[in-house]
Amino acid sequence: MKMMSGAAMVVEALKEVGVTHLFGYPGGAVLDIYDALHAQDEIKHVLVRHEQAAAHMADGYARATGKTGAVLVTSGPGATNTITGIATAFMDSIPMVILSGQVPSMHIGEDAFQECDMVGISRPVVKHSFLVKKAEDIPMAIAKAFYIANSGRPGPVVVDLPKDIVNVQDSHPYVFPDDVTMRSYNPTLKGHNKQIKKAVASMLKAQRPVLYVGGGSIVAEAAAYVTQLAELLQAPVCSTLMGLGAFSSVHPQFVGMLGMHGTLEANKTMHNSDCIIALGSRFDDRVTNNVDKFCPYADIIHVDIDPASISKIVNAHIPVVGSVDKVVLQMLDLLADADFTHQEQQLADWWQQIEEWRRKKCLQFDQSTQVIKPQRVIQSLYEHTKGDAYVSSDVGQHQMFAALYYPFAKPRRWINSGGLGTMGFGLPAAMGVQFAYPDAVSVVVTGDGSIQMNIQELSTCLQYGLPIKIISLNNRALGMVRQWQDMNYKGRHSCSYMESMPDFVKLAEAYGHTGIKVDHLDDLEDAMARCFATPGLVFMDIMVDQDEHVYPMQIKYGSMDDLLLSKTERT
Amino acid sequence: MRRIISVLMENAPGALSRIVGVFSQRGFNVDSLCVAPTYDESLSRLTIITQGDDKVIEQITKQVNKLIDVLKIAELTEGPHIERELMLIKVGTKTELSRAEVKRNVDIFRARILDVNANNYTIEITGTSDKLCAFGDVMSQCGDIIESARTGVCGLARGDKALRP
Repeated sequence: MKMMSGAAMVVEALKEVGVTHLFGYPGGAVLDIYDALHAQDEIKHVLVRHEQAAAHMADGYARATGKTGAVLVTSGPGATNTITGIATAFMDSIPMVILSGQVPSMHIGEDAFQECDMVGISRPVVKHSFLVKKAEDIPMAIAKAFYIANSGRPGPVVVDLPKDIVNVQDSHPYVFPDDVTMRSYNPTLKGHNKQIKKAVASMLKAQRPVLYVGGGSIVAEAAAYVTQLAELLQAPVCSTLMGLGAFSSVHPQFVGMLGMHGTLEANKTMHNSDCIIALGSRFDDRVTNNVDKFCPYADIIHVDIDPASISKIVNAHIPVVGSVDKVVLQMLDLLADADFTHQEQQLADWWQQIEEWRRKKCLQFDQSTQVIKPQRVIQSLYEHTKGDAYVSSDVGQHQMFAALYYPFAKPRRWINSGGLGTMGFGLPAAMGVQFAYPDAVSVVVTGDGSIQMNIQELSTCLQYGLPIKIISLNNRALGMVRQWQDMNYKGRHSCSYMESMPDFVKLAEAYGHTGIKVDHLDDLEDAMARCFATPGLVFMDIMVDQDEHVYPMQIKYGSMDDLLLSKTERT
Repeated sequence: MRRIISVLMENAPGALSRIVGVFSQRGFNVDSLCVAPTYDESLSRLTIITQGDDKVIEQITKQVNKLIDVLKIAELTEGPHIERELMLIKVGTKTELSRAEVKRNVDIFRARILDVNANNYTIEITGTSDKLCAFGDVMSQCGDIIESARTGVCGLARGDKALRP
């Protein structure tokens, strides 16, 4: 039996579970762990500039790879600073383990220096948490934390480590568990056969089927199966914001993103469907619009690994609890014997209708003006990256423009905070992506508001030489807030305008990077080419139209397909 | 509609706060909560009285069941079940008549007097929540209720049905 200190156990156990990168920031309560990290080079520690960014980096790393992101922070403020990052990961079901330092056990509850009840404060936004009381329990807690974080419906797990159990002086027996199964935790992966049969029967009968693909399809690595199912059924496919890439956005059967800013054809297809096949999506309020008017003609097949997501918002006619990959594979098995000779004919009217909606070209925008349209910037980004970049996004108008105008052909390429909507997510997430794939093109689409919420990480980028390309759609305002104020508050722009914008080019340069400002549409293409030809991080400060709105947009209290199509048009 | 939900969970630190958290976070009501380790001390059993229609109860059971520490959950009010609650109540008895009345009603309700003082009785009563309420009402008529404490409901399904790991 190996004997080692609690701190060494933490590092050893992290190696054991396959951690390659640890995003963190040192402080009093974790100095022993940092000392143990110093003695090895298997795990790369990334020193961030703010703990929130550490959580977002681990998150970006996890979204791009499917592996569990790991974070190490000190007690008190170090721990509380990660909360936004943890909540972001929780809402989007991202596997992450957060190791937080804690004051020594004997001082817990005394309001000691940098004490905070991390297990308590994080409770509503974690999948589970551990307060480790003995050094011997460290390997088990870490093993379980990683198992829980990345099984079933993934999520963040906190492991709180009091300073006295990780001190480097004491030695304890180190035993890494062979088995972490828990009697109280057994996620259902395979679907119930009876339900699968019902679902398949319903799909085959449908005249107007649609696949509604969500983030669960990406988490379950189900892209290939989803595509097979869609092609077999010849059904249209729409995707949630979180599901983009699970089914190729350039596939002819793809009708676009659905929901609040979804395409006309996606929302129309959903609303008029007679059979909705929901694969790892959760009928979020940003999808359904008014639930009472939601898809009145459809039988709803809802596949989700989390039983609590099924019939939470919208009643499912055929619920199937299970992981999307396993369930769709079961469906494909059953469909192997089905007769599809008349399928094309059966769906002919449906496709004719869909083509009619597509002809409305709802994503058209004004190309006659010399003002730089944000949509044009995203299209240009798509061309310059050949559609093959990892695109991380912040939150706001630019996020919607990126989701709508950059078609993702592969899963795990679109990295954004969908559930919590966390501004400041983009840059650190793109950094996590770049650490995971050093040779990939990692892009941030952001805005002048969002980028300033974690801009200090430009310093971390320099330290680790991360060649991230930042595409900032600068409209001198908080665009989405401004859009809502235009639409709902008679154009009263209360506090959505920033009166002292920094010079982002100089700022990028001050952090040791390249900055490029683009004022004129004519310069856009050259500047974009220069951005991707320049080694290292490039900050593109692009002056876009301040008055542009994101369309389509669902009309409040309406059905899914009640949409504004421009400032003057509606369905 | 009043429902009784029974939860079997690991007797682990923090488990109770997680369950209570689910209720407050998701806006579910808790009318009463009764919790203690079971005969198998590695497990705790919780009985929660809550209100809600079928949809709400489905969400409660699913969300609670999702917690890592929870092994099993069942709604007792779904089928035949037994429920009991215990109340201790201290009743001031100023007059001889009041003492006699209290004593008589204790017999009628099959309660027990645990402590006798010159000016008050402390009484134990077990039964359904309704019975306890009814007893409280009677006591307030024949004496002065000084204080009372209730355990909250605990219950089991009738017959062979059981909540086991």
